[in-house]
Amino acid sequence: MASDVSLRNRPIEGPFALTLRSGNSDHLHCLNAAADQRGLHRGMPLADARAICPDLSTRPADLAREGAALASLRRWASRYAPMVASDGTDGLIADITGVAHLFGGEGDLRADLHARLARAGLQASSAIAGTRGGAHALARHGGGIIADGALAQGLGGLPVSALRIDHDTAEALARVGLARIADLAHLPRAPLARRFGAGLVLRLDQALGVQAEPVAAEPDMPHFGVRMTLPDPIGLQSDVMAGLSRLLDRLCAKLALHRMGARRVRLELRRVDRGTVQVEIGLARPMRDPARIAALFAKGVDEIDAGFGIDALRLTAPVTEPLAPEQIGGGPDARQQDALADFLSSTGNRIGFDRVLRLLPAESLIPERSFLLAPAAYSAPEPGSLRHGPARPALIFPPEPVEAASGSPPTSFRWRRMRFTTLRAQGPERIAPEWWFDDPAWRSGMRDYWRVETREGPRLWLFHTPQSPEWRIQGEFP
Amino acid sequence: MRPEPAPSDPFDLRKARVHEAEGRGRRAFALLQAARHLGPLVWILPGHVPEVPMLRGLPQGVGDRLHLLRPASEADLLWCMEESLRAAPVGLVIAEPEKPLSLTAGRRLQLAAEKGRTTGLVLIRQDAGSPATETRWHCEAMAGPVADSTLHDWSLKKNKKGTLGHWVVNWDGTSAAFTLVPKVGERRQPAEPAY
Repeated sequence: MASDVSLRNRPIEGPFALTLRSGNSDHLHCLNAAADQRGLHRGMPLADARAICPDLSTRPADLAREGAALASLRRWASRYAPMVASDGTDGLIADITGVAHLFGGEGDLRADLHARLARAGLQASSAIAGTRGGAHALARHGGGIIADGALAQGLGGLPVSALRIDHDTAEALARVGLARIADLAHLPRAPLARRFGAGLVLRLDQALGVQAEPVAAEPDMPHFGVRMTLPDPIGLQSDVMAGLSRLLDRLCAKLALHRMGARRVRLELRRVDRGTVQVEIGLARPMRDPARIAALFAKGVDEIDAGFGIDALRLTAPVTEPLAPEQIGGGPDARQQDALADFLSSTGNRIGFDRVLRLLPAESLIPERSFLLAPAAYSAPEPGSLRHGPARPALIFPPEPVEAASGSPPTSFRWRRMRFTTLRAQGPERIAPEWWFDDPAWRSGMRDYWRVETREGPRLWLFHTPQSPEWRIQGEFP
Repeated sequence: MRPEPAPSDPFDLRKARVHEAEGRGRRAFALLQAARHLGPLVWILPGHVPEVPMLRGLPQGVGDRLHLLRPASEADLLWCMEESLRAAPVGLVIAEPEKPLSLTAGRRLQLAAEKGRTTGLVLIRQDAGSPATETRWHCEAMAGPVADSTLHDWSLKKNKKGTLGHWVVNWDGTSAAFTLVPKVGERRQPAEPAY
């Protein structure tokens, strides 16, 4: 399936395979029919495959994309049955109990499925059987339909490896001459379980329908997106805002239903000339209040170019976070929190959320790493940073060199083209670099910090690096 | 309109107005004001300014209320300042514009401050003030006569609704508490000649 998906995006003629690096060599991960006919098979080393078939074209496999493709195929396959689950990395299993007649019987259903998949460019093999294990086994060994009650006969001819057992068990079974499922089916269960483990018996029972095995379809993640198409194109800002507020009402109702709040909201507008424009806003905290979100869109909607008109709107919340229901119209404290969050959202949308910062304490004795400048929208204030230990300046800046320093601590020096004379100095306070963290600014070794009061007024934070003698200024006390 | 209550001590900034501070010690003055105001604090620094507040060196209770905005351009800085003055919950807005504010810009900031009932403090370069400001302070750090004294020389150079003044303050930068220092050799009353 993965090779078909890759070929759908960028078609290539001839034998084709996806390769996956395991250990220190590439192996074939998935191949198309042309490559299959040339005698290649899955798991073969790439070097061997190239020797057999020199014109093989390959691409590296992308497992994440493969999973996403299978998930979207699973969503599509729910047109056939209410319960569809993914089965391994490249299979789907659907419980079609009671739905086959809607497609004209099992044979027609299977033909319809294959026709649609072939039109989409996907090669598939499928099987319909009375049990999940039976369908799994048959689909991987030719496919077909096993009629009701004929499960044992239908599966009997398949090799034992079709039973979802591990490789060692399959090999051990082959060694004692049990090659096909029919050989196993009539054997007494107890000695079989004692010799080959309970797993084999379980899989056999599941395939033959003695043991029940339901199709566990994973629940779909709710999709937070709403859209609206308009009979006539619109172009006025007020019309777009009106459409937006209707969409927001629906989106926020959906968010409230799932107890989520949006962190980013994206509005896509399709123009009549098929162009799209997009307005995206961020929120300083999860929110599902239509009026407050709409206010943040005002500036973005003001700036868009409507062209010849807009005929479709789509509103999605790409990033959501859990948001429990809360008391609306709370006390003044809650209102103040809301107003502050609105303020942070609006400034973040204008100057960027990475420029709206908050100071957070950090565990380090290095002055510049003793606090963090964290985005305010993605952090909470941490109260209780007590002042303890030696005094620290209120303002800190990257170290700046001191010129014409004389003495230790310097009795006079020049800094930023100003002359200073030391009145009194406190220190030294020695700070050693963090050896586990290679910081270019600390390559000059340990530092002796001094608080220097100057005759001219400013109280400065100087340091001396004894390992490469030099004086620098890093901060200013109030 | 109700008359505003008279300020109780010399460094009380009038509420819902925008003030200015200049001189080398202007950031220390801003920190004292930050410690004296309740509610969230906003400090708007241009993105390229190297000096940033250091959490451990800030006065008690300022660090966890402080929001630092670092806009990239002067226009964004003024927009941020206007927006934060308009935001009701903010206690004090401190901004450091690069260029002198025009009368229009200063007036807009005053209107925003009145709308949001927020106090603003603009830290300006020397002689780069706006005529619309309510008060203008000149702040310098001062060398102390003994160790443990962190003196500041703060003078009120412009005041739209009051008198000017000049104070020497001993403030150590850890809390909102400070002491006023009488000038050396200066008497409370002028001494009359003895003859």
